[in-house]
Parts: sequence; C-alpha cells; structure tokens
Amino acid sequence: MELSFVILAVLVLVSAVAAMTLRNLIHCALSAALTFVGLAGLYLQLNAQFVGFAQILVYVGAIAILIVFAILLTRGTEPSGDRIASSSWWGGIACALGVFGVLGAAILSARHLGRDSYTVAVPTVKQIGMELMTSYVLPLQIVGLLLTVAMIGAVVLALPAASPSQPGSASSDETPLHDGETGNTETIPMGGQH
Amino acid sequence: MAPLYQYLLLSALLFAIGFAGAVTRRNAIIVLIGIELMLNAANLNFIAFWRFGGNQEAIPGIMFVIFSIAIAAAEAAVGLALIIAVYRRFKTTNLDRINSLEP
Repeated sequence: MELSFVILAVLVLVSAVAAMTLRNLIHCALSAALTFVGLAGLYLQLNAQFVGFAQILVYVGAIAILIVFAILLTRGTEPSGDRIASSSWWGGIACALGVFGVLGAAILSARHLGRDSYTVAVPTVKQIGMELMTSYVLPLQIVGLLLTVAMIGAVVLALPAASPSQPGSASSDETPLHDGETGNTETIPMGGQH
Repeated sequence: MAPLYQYLLLSALLFAIGFAGAVTRRNAIIVLIGIELMLNAANLNFIAFWRFGGNQEAIPGIMFVIFSIAIAAAEAAVGLALIIAVYRRFKTTNLDRINSLEP
C-alpha cells in the first residue's frame, strides 16, 4: 500500500461521498472540485501528466465553476427542511451496492493477472500533439465541432425566453407606441445641460 | 505506484458513489455532479489500464481520456443550460416536482 496512493484515494473517496450527501449545494460543488483535484493527483502518479493538468484546467477550472454558477442561478426560496434524497433512496443505494459488488468481484477475482509496474515511456506533449494532428485529426475536428455546437446550444437554451405570445403576432402584449415616444420610460440623467 | 487492482477498485467505488448520488438525490444539479463523477471514474480506469498495459507507445489510452474530458465539458455545459431553462419554467430544481411537461 503506497502512502501517496492511500492519501489520494482517501481524498477522492471522502470528497466524492461529501459531494453526494451534503445538504448545501455550494458545499457539494466544492467537494466535487476537490474530488477532481485528487483525481488529477492520481493521474500524475500514473505518469499521465498531460491528462492530469488537462483535468485541472477543464474540470476544476471550467466545469466546477460552471456548476457553482448554475447553483447560484437556480437558487430559489428553498426550504432547507426538505429531505435531500428522493422517497425511494433505498433502491438507488441497493443498485449502487450491486454495481460495486459486481465490479469489485470481477476485479478481485483477476487481481493476480495484473502485471507489476515498470518503466514506461512517458508520451511528451509533442508526441500527443503529433498524434492529434495525424492519426486523430478526424476526432479532433469532430470534438471541435461538438464544442462549438454545445456552446451555441447552451447559450440558446439559457437565454431569457422571448415574449410569451403566439408565433406570428410579434408583440401582442405590449402597448402600441405613440408618435414621439420610445420604449424607454425611464429618465436618464444626462450630464451637461444645453 | 500501487498495484493495478487497487486503482480499478478505486475507480469502481467512485463510479458506485457517483451512481448512488445521481439516482438518489432530488436536486438536478447534484445529479449532474454524480454523472461527472461517473465519467471521472471511467477516465481513471482508462489511465490505469494504459499505465499497466505493457505497450509502451499505446497513445490511444491517453487520447480517449483527452476526448472524454472534452466531451464531458460540452455535456456539462448543455446539461446546466437545460437545468437553467427548466428552472425558469418550473421555478424549482426539485426532480420530484418536475414530472410532467406542464408546471
């Protein structure tokens, strides 16, 4: 039992359990960010440095922050006395235990088949870049297209809804503007009188 | 460097924790965090098998994880935008109340 692996594994598991059981949503999001950091440490221990730093950049730097923003945007008048789990939480826990039981049994039954660690050639960022540009150029372009589509889709989905009227009558619930009036009914104080 | 099966056990346990949270919790954003935990568990599994794989030039292990991280970012963005849009309509993120198309 390597000490570094034990420390990182305990960090990952404790923060994952905290992310799934805490009542405060912000605490859940921050615990998830801590899980991602622990996983990045595990990737660094496994000699996958680019993946480890990409994990910190993308997961901790983008996804965790995005989750915090979404929590703040969807925060209503939540009564804090509600239960955090649905009414059939025992079924979910039983299914999760079953999943872990099956996976754990399969792993432990084949544990003598794994080979020991040995020195492996660490792929440099230059090699990863070369592979991305030669062998994996099609997945790279598709992922670029996917990210563009996802960005446009997310912006369109999260935009405030247009006026809730029937399509065809553009603004039927607005009072028609008379001559000389603009839609702005506030008086903006202008500096410098004529 | 721990033996391979310990990394696989950690990945399986993280997957089970993410699955339990995604299925049990009532808030939609916590469900999405559980889905991200499951994706991370799969990524850890890939990296562990790449490390102990035996082929020294096996780039596909790392490539899969890189693309998986990018796709997870896109999916998290769209999922959170969906949650915001649903919240704007239903005025709640409680999944027990979002059970029909009309609020």
